[in-house]
Amino acid sequence: MKKVLLASAIALSLALTNAQAEGISDDKVKIGVLADMGGTYADVCGKGCVAAVEMAVADFGGKVLDKTIEVVSADDQNKPDVGSAIVREWLDKDKVDAVGGIVASSVGLAAAKVTNEAKKPLLISTAGSTAFTTKQCSPYNAHWTYDVVALANGTVKPLVAAGKKKWFFITADYEFGHALEKVSTGVIEKNGGQVVGSVKVPLGTTDYSSYILQAQSSGADAVALANAGKDFVNSLKGASEFGLSKQATMVGLLVFSSDVQALDPALIADMRLTTGFYSEMDDKTKEWSKRFKEKFGKTPTMGQAGAYSSTMAYLNAVKEAGTDEGEAVMAKMKATKPDDFFARNAEFRADGRMVHDMYQVRVKKADERANEDDIFALEQTLAGNDVYLPMDDACNFSKK
Amino acid sequence: MEMLKSNKFNIVLLALALVIPLAVYPVFLMKVLCFGLFAAAFNLMLGFVGMLSFGHAAFLAMGGYVTGYLMSNAGLTPEIGILCGTFASAVLGYLFGNLSVKREGIYFAMVTLALSQLLFFFFLQAPFTEGENGLQGIPRGHLFGLIDLNHNLSMYYFVLAVFLLGFWLIYRTIHSPFGQVLKAIRENEPRAISLGYNVRQYKLMAFVISAALSGLAGSTKALVFQLESLTDAHWHMSGEVVLMTLVGGMGTIFGPLVGAAVVVGIENFFSGGELGTYIHIIMGLIFIVCVLAFRSGIVGEFNKFVKNNF
Amino acid sequence: MDTVFGINPVALFGQLLVGLINGSFYALLSLGLAIIFGLLRIINFAQGALYMMGAFFAWLGLEYLGINYWWALLIVPPVVGLIGILIERFLIRPIAHEDHLYSLLLTFGVALVLQGVFNHLFGSSGKPYSIPESLQGVVNLGFMYLPIYRGWIIVISLLVCFGTWWAIEKTKLGAYLRAGTENARLLQAFGINVPLMVTLTFGFGVALAGLAGVLAAPIYSVSPDMGANILIVVFAIVVIGGMGSIGGAILTGIGMGVIEGLTKYFYPEASNTIIFMVMVVVLLIKPAGLFGKEA
Repeated sequence: MKKVLLASAIALSLALTNAQAEGISDDKVKIGVLADMGGTYADVCGKGCVAAVEMAVADFGGKVLDKTIEVVSADDQNKPDVGSAIVREWLDKDKVDAVGGIVASSVGLAAAKVTNEAKKPLLISTAGSTAFTTKQCSPYNAHWTYDVVALANGTVKPLVAAGKKKWFFITADYEFGHALEKVSTGVIEKNGGQVVGSVKVPLGTTDYSSYILQAQSSGADAVALANAGKDFVNSLKGASEFGLSKQATMVGLLVFSSDVQALDPALIADMRLTTGFYSEMDDKTKEWSKRFKEKFGKTPTMGQAGAYSSTMAYLNAVKEAGTDEGEAVMAKMKATKPDDFFARNAEFRADGRMVHDMYQVRVKKADERANEDDIFALEQTLAGNDVYLPMDDACNFSKK
Repeated sequence: MEMLKSNKFNIVLLALALVIPLAVYPVFLMKVLCFGLFAAAFNLMLGFVGMLSFGHAAFLAMGGYVTGYLMSNAGLTPEIGILCGTFASAVLGYLFGNLSVKREGIYFAMVTLALSQLLFFFFLQAPFTEGENGLQGIPRGHLFGLIDLNHNLSMYYFVLAVFLLGFWLIYRTIHSPFGQVLKAIRENEPRAISLGYNVRQYKLMAFVISAALSGLAGSTKALVFQLESLTDAHWHMSGEVVLMTLVGGMGTIFGPLVGAAVVVGIENFFSGGELGTYIHIIMGLIFIVCVLAFRSGIVGEFNKFVKNNF
Repeated sequence: MDTVFGINPVALFGQLLVGLINGSFYALLSLGLAIIFGLLRIINFAQGALYMMGAFFAWLGLEYLGINYWWALLIVPPVVGLIGILIERFLIRPIAHEDHLYSLLLTFGVALVLQGVFNHLFGSSGKPYSIPESLQGVVNLGFMYLPIYRGWIIVISLLVCFGTWWAIEKTKLGAYLRAGTENARLLQAFGINVPLMVTLTFGFGVALAGLAGVLAAPIYSVSPDMGANILIVVFAIVVIGGMGSIGGAILTGIGMGVIEGLTKYFYPEASNTIIFMVMVVVLLIKPAGLFGKEA
């Protein structure tokens, strides 16, 4: 009895999974948005990423190939186990066709293990680790907005050249922070600077006092904050409370517009940083940001803009390919040059990296700001190929 | 209780366990089974020896990490991987047990908590655990080198088999002479001592068995989710297993499984979506209600009801 | 960067001072726990959640009612204490005669509910609360810049802690309290209303957590899980100090903060764990804790 049951159950399920449908599977295109909805990174992506994806779907017309597009979302709490389990259930049970959002790199990499195996596109909007396009690359990853190499090249290099030679790192203790510290250290040393110390801080720490003291006693003239979101805000506040900001230059390696808006302008004015998007850049970004703000109520961050842009590219590719089957869609996506308010001079490479213009900006002082969105002054536009890593041959999926 | 002992009842349960994955998402069921086994192992200490360990997460995580690491790096088959994880937890249980069973009540709870915090630190720092990232992409492998477990249904039947084995072991332990001595210790420790039993040795043995089976649950869980992370080693997990046992009914056979199903079910129902923030409130209310009104848990109350009415 | 025997005194003193600040919080919270344990023999797992509520009430007061920091410092602790009294009266008392593990589990449940409610209402990310204007700024101590507010925390919590200790050890009310911990029934026979005393003591212990919460609001961001993170450490401190020992809780709280500070200098990665290492060692050598009496 047992054996019969077992055998029939296995046979049944095999039959179910082997059915490969042309066109749109289960008569729906479903996009899952996975993000930290209430924690450290809630403001940089979170519900705003869901809103951005929904906006893209609405702008697209709500339907592709006459099938409804549906958006589902979930909170990963920045925990890899939680995120991975959600994505698994989405793909197994809810028939989700592509996963977007993605903030913490640790969660993103765990989610990628699941989506890669199921051959579903992963539209990475806000995670920064280069692992998505190097050691853990996959034909199904679309790394859209920025990565740690682009940040290090855009932000650290000019500062070292300007004479900041002794660096100290305050690093978020997980994949993203480690990666950011590592590539930044490489850039510093290559340009004649040195790293005099670093400290790893658990994600979501609120009291940075002892870490600030360590940075203070290291004698560094530049203190790099290899963290993001609330961590960045809290560490910068701590630095000002203990007077570190007066002794050394504080360098935010990954700064989102929401972080700048959360801080007293006096604490962050004149910081130089690198971003993949900012709302006040030109008429196209302003137009989109205005619509986003009408819908969501807040200024879009680069992560949220990237979420919109990548969703749009995905939906267009589904339409072109005539199917939501992962491989065909990714092939179409990579064959099309992304070009919208977000992706400028862009190319979606075979390794999954979307290379586009990045912007080196300076945070405006309070009296320079025309309105609450007007926080960045452009210093220099950085051509994508100058700041992103060249393609790793092992990840060149166009060659078979 | 009579009802639970009857063979008919068990056969119905087993048949249900065999067909239910056709109707319910198998990964959810596997999660219930893994936590059910974990809670049952924990219940061996709390329900049958009367000792509240507040550090059982350590054993769950130890099993998971060891199995996960060996499966990823040594190319073991899943059954060997799980055995290694279970063994590692048993050894850890022996170490922790030796340090903690000398203490009683709140002090025992505190020592186990402190020890598990030390282990949490070890898992956070040791390079092989990949820190906050956790061990990702653990291969499920082929059972005995033959059956591909990557398929959710075959994995489910494997997990069910592991669960039944673990459950049977616990059942045997409780109903052996050894188990009788444990219950005697729970009821009246001085008397057990005066009868000449080496109480500490018995407690230690129960602790090791409980740790090993927690490790078995953790090892299996790591394969199901193909991921092992610090969540499993955190003291919240130690609290969660207390909740499962309490809800289901401590000191009962099926209580931990029912408790695990309720807790995992609630978590699943509320996770994601807008209701996500209600999880803690509901869990807390369940805790309070259980302690105030249903101290013997769902299964315990059910048994009382059956006893009084039939 | 002057070093003496390979030690950088500037960094070391800095870390010790930060440790002392943390220790002040530990002392306030563990004092409350110890008082409650001493009289009621229960471990109040909700102490962390009540500390969180203290911080949230301060934030809410400022945000919606215009109650400034100084008024919050006066108003919030009694309010939190009142909530504690309600918890004691309606939840803990009905099971007071049961095994103490049940009250631990019950308060654990209360902590989950409180944390969940605040998480639901205000989200899990922290709320900023700015330092009152008169306490802003830094003092240059020579070896470090000490933010004035942090210095204020050390002063006020030491005052409160030792004031409480004095009240319990040297006053008549304290004598009743101590008598109650020794033999409640006998005390009742002398005509003292022990249940009332128990309730008030619980309220006072909890109010201390509320006070710590208000003090913490400006330096840690106000978030629902701020209590859960600190509670487990405070727990360990009470156990190390010897459960129920008032002076032990205060001294161990400050001492552990300093030890944590030392660890941050010598081996920062272990700073979150050092207290548990100490706890294991102490419990193995002296099960009743450093200042506790063998039962």
